[in-house]
Amino acid sequence: MSAGFATAAQPKPKSALGRFFSAENRYLSPLFITLILLVGNLSFGLLESFSRTLLAIGTALVLEVVLGRWFWGRIPNLASAYITGISVGILLRSPEYWPYALCSAIAITSKYALRVRGRHIWNPSNFAICAMLVLAPEFVAALSIQWGNTVWPMVVIWVLGAFIVYRVQRFHITAAYVVSFVALALLRTLVTGHAFLAEVAPITGPMYQLFIFFMITDPKTTVTPKRAQVLVAILVAVAELILRLAHVVNAPFFALTIVGPAAMLVEILRPKPPSLYRPA
Amino acid sequence: MTPSNSLRQILPIVFLAAQLAFPLVYKRMEARGKAAVAGDPSTALARYGFRFQESAKAAGIDFTHAAATFDPKLRHIMPQVASMGAAVSIVDFDRDGWPDIYVTNSAEGSRNALYRNLGDGTFRDVAADVGLADVNLPGTGVSTGAVWGDYDNDGFEDVLIYKWGKPELFHNDGGKHFTRVTEQAGLPPWVNANSAVWFDYDHDGKLDLFLAGYYPEDVDLWHLKNTRIMPESFEYARNGGRKYLFHNLGGGRFEEVSARMGIDSRRWALAAVAADLRGTGYPDLFVANDYGVSEVYFNEGGKRFREAGKETGIGAAPKSGMNAAVGDVLNQGRFGIYVSNISEEGVLVQGNNLWMPRTGTSGANIRYDNMATAMGVDLGGWSFGAQFGDLNNDGFLDLYAVNGNVSLDRNRSYWYDYSKVAGGNRAIISDAANWPPLDGRSLSGYQQKRVWINDGAGQFKEVAQFVGVTDVYDGRSIALADFRNRGVLDAVVANERGPLLLYLNTVSPDNRWIELELEGRQSNRSAIGAQVKVIWNGQQQVQEVSGGSGFCAQNQRRLHFGLGKTTGIDKVEIRWPSGKTQTIAAPLLNQMHKAVEPS
Repeated sequence: MSAGFATAAQPKPKSALGRFFSAENRYLSPLFITLILLVGNLSFGLLESFSRTLLAIGTALVLEVVLGRWFWGRIPNLASAYITGISVGILLRSPEYWPYALCSAIAITSKYALRVRGRHIWNPSNFAICAMLVLAPEFVAALSIQWGNTVWPMVVIWVLGAFIVYRVQRFHITAAYVVSFVALALLRTLVTGHAFLAEVAPITGPMYQLFIFFMITDPKTTVTPKRAQVLVAILVAVAELILRLAHVVNAPFFALTIVGPAAMLVEILRPKPPSLYRPA
Repeated sequence: MTPSNSLRQILPIVFLAAQLAFPLVYKRMEARGKAAVAGDPSTALARYGFRFQESAKAAGIDFTHAAATFDPKLRHIMPQVASMGAAVSIVDFDRDGWPDIYVTNSAEGSRNALYRNLGDGTFRDVAADVGLADVNLPGTGVSTGAVWGDYDNDGFEDVLIYKWGKPELFHNDGGKHFTRVTEQAGLPPWVNANSAVWFDYDHDGKLDLFLAGYYPEDVDLWHLKNTRIMPESFEYARNGGRKYLFHNLGGGRFEEVSARMGIDSRRWALAAVAADLRGTGYPDLFVANDYGVSEVYFNEGGKRFREAGKETGIGAAPKSGMNAAVGDVLNQGRFGIYVSNISEEGVLVQGNNLWMPRTGTSGANIRYDNMATAMGVDLGGWSFGAQFGDLNNDGFLDLYAVNGNVSLDRNRSYWYDYSKVAGGNRAIISDAANWPPLDGRSLSGYQQKRVWINDGAGQFKEVAQFVGVTDVYDGRSIALADFRNRGVLDAVVANERGPLLLYLNTVSPDNRWIELELEGRQSNRSAIGAQVKVIWNGQQQVQEVSGGSGFCAQNQRRLHFGLGKTTGIDKVEIRWPSGKTQTIAAPLLNQMHKAVEPS
């Protein structure tokens, strides 16, 4: 085998832009979510206060460092913790400070505490927000209406978000969920008799932008095969349908926190087919 | 697995369990704290220095608010759309020295009531006799509130009745009758208003009027052209009613000058209050908006208003503002501003706002911080009206807030469907046709009211249930007044689709008080805008005569100061709107004093 043949078989080197918008770029998602935060806050005053969001981010980063050192013996890459902290800072709403710190702490700690065969099974911020909604509803709510309802900032985020999840090869998850949601909204209309626009309204809100671009696409807590990822996204939408028909206000969060780990467990615990290749 | 590996894995689990347990522990500690302030009305006097007793029927007040019924296109959400209109304001309309009560009704053809205080603990409705009852005739809209002010300085308080409909101005003819003067005054034909304030913004000695629209003024809720009348956003809406500033020209005529004076907003205003927030001598204007941020208009020497919400910090986080009341909460000679919002467990926890001036800032550079959570007055349910007043005469302003939105079926909530649409895009939320039917469900109904007592050190304690405030009606408007001229603040509460409540207050006689009734001469005769500082025992408290505050409400004109167990007052300083100052040295305790502006 010639060197020239070998060279020709290698993938074409990516441009700087290509490398930037690629799955290997661990800072793409943090950059994007920071952009959402800035667009949201500068255009609409999205945040209760920057200090609460900074508290959430700071708690997530500090705990990731401490628990990473404890658990792995090294400081992990902090991009994931940053996303967790900023997600909590945006998605959680409370006039108090402590829920932001606690929610971030639960999110990060859950990554180290709730593990099956070495993998954590819950999306950290999703698990933590659900925990807060169940345990401290007097003090917290999830982001639902605290964002402008005008179209253009949302269009920018949707287009940019879709482009980025496409580049990091998760677009099929987002698309499967969105298509399922809209189809099931039609079904809910038939069941409830409410206007279709009323049933489809939630997905036009800000909370879903984070949900569909960051939560359900989280590589660490989604199953591996592409078809299974699509199936899980559809199942999340179906679970959400059931919860919505039961009038659960924060249905998407709870749907993901039920379906996501179940799917992970199936993948983790299912007997593996014998590998064709065994190392010598 | 080595022991260290086990420990490595177990410790995060223990840590997580501790975190998950934290909210439960926190709530338990809070409950313990509340138990410490518990008690019942029989012990309230000893514990808190006051107690309320609801006494409307015994006092001859039998008034139940009836809600409006709008265009059938809104039938599916009627109780939610027609959820405002119960309002109460206090006035001594006949100058007999006893505060009277004016209360609005909102069904088409229903009558408003004017309860004349007979001075013997009872009231009699004289609205029909004096010409203030029949103001909700079909085709003219229905009442949402009333504010009193002597716009022609004849010594008798006139009244603006604002409506979702045609605003009406009535002249008080010597306390005997009221004459409708709307057309002469030049008021607009239709305003869907939820707030109005009398104030003399330019210090010309004549009361001007701020009137704030909620729905746009081209919306006739009984005859809708279409159903696209709702806010375009739950927290960023700018498609509400316009604002009006009527400059009093004298002779019963007003000129609309809002644009010229720099007031140009189409936010959904629900409450307004005017007070000198910066010590300039001129009244600033604070507007609490539903579906958005509050606005504060700084008065530039009576020449112009400048909206300063963002720069002061007040206009940062949008909520559902429904109340505007000012009070010298910490006896520092500076006003805090209380704005009520919505809090519903697990769904929407906005928290109410108590905007306190930041230490070290003042004048043009004043900044505000929301201290509601830190001071313990943030969670009040779906809050509406609130007023500051020293309920136990201990020398610190307490806070009485009413709440509850729509109380229908106790066991079925509309919140899920409400939140479904509220977060949607403008095209969806703004069309009432997209809103799911209410179908007899409650939306934050049957809520317990809040009576927060101020410890003077920056903390409030909630004691409503223990001092006798136990109703769960849909509270809208609250006003405070000393109905028996005994030096205690009673409360009157207007409830939507509910009875008018009169909470008579009993206060520990150990605590002293003083009341001041002011009459302007060069300044407007109602003395609206006059600031009074009472100085005693090294303490001071500032209050300002108001032309409307709270939610669709107005307290008694007379100023009430609790003084604790003091044995004397050093002095009282009055700053009249004209700029004149007056000092009353060592006024007697437990007295109502009259002060006339010196010539």
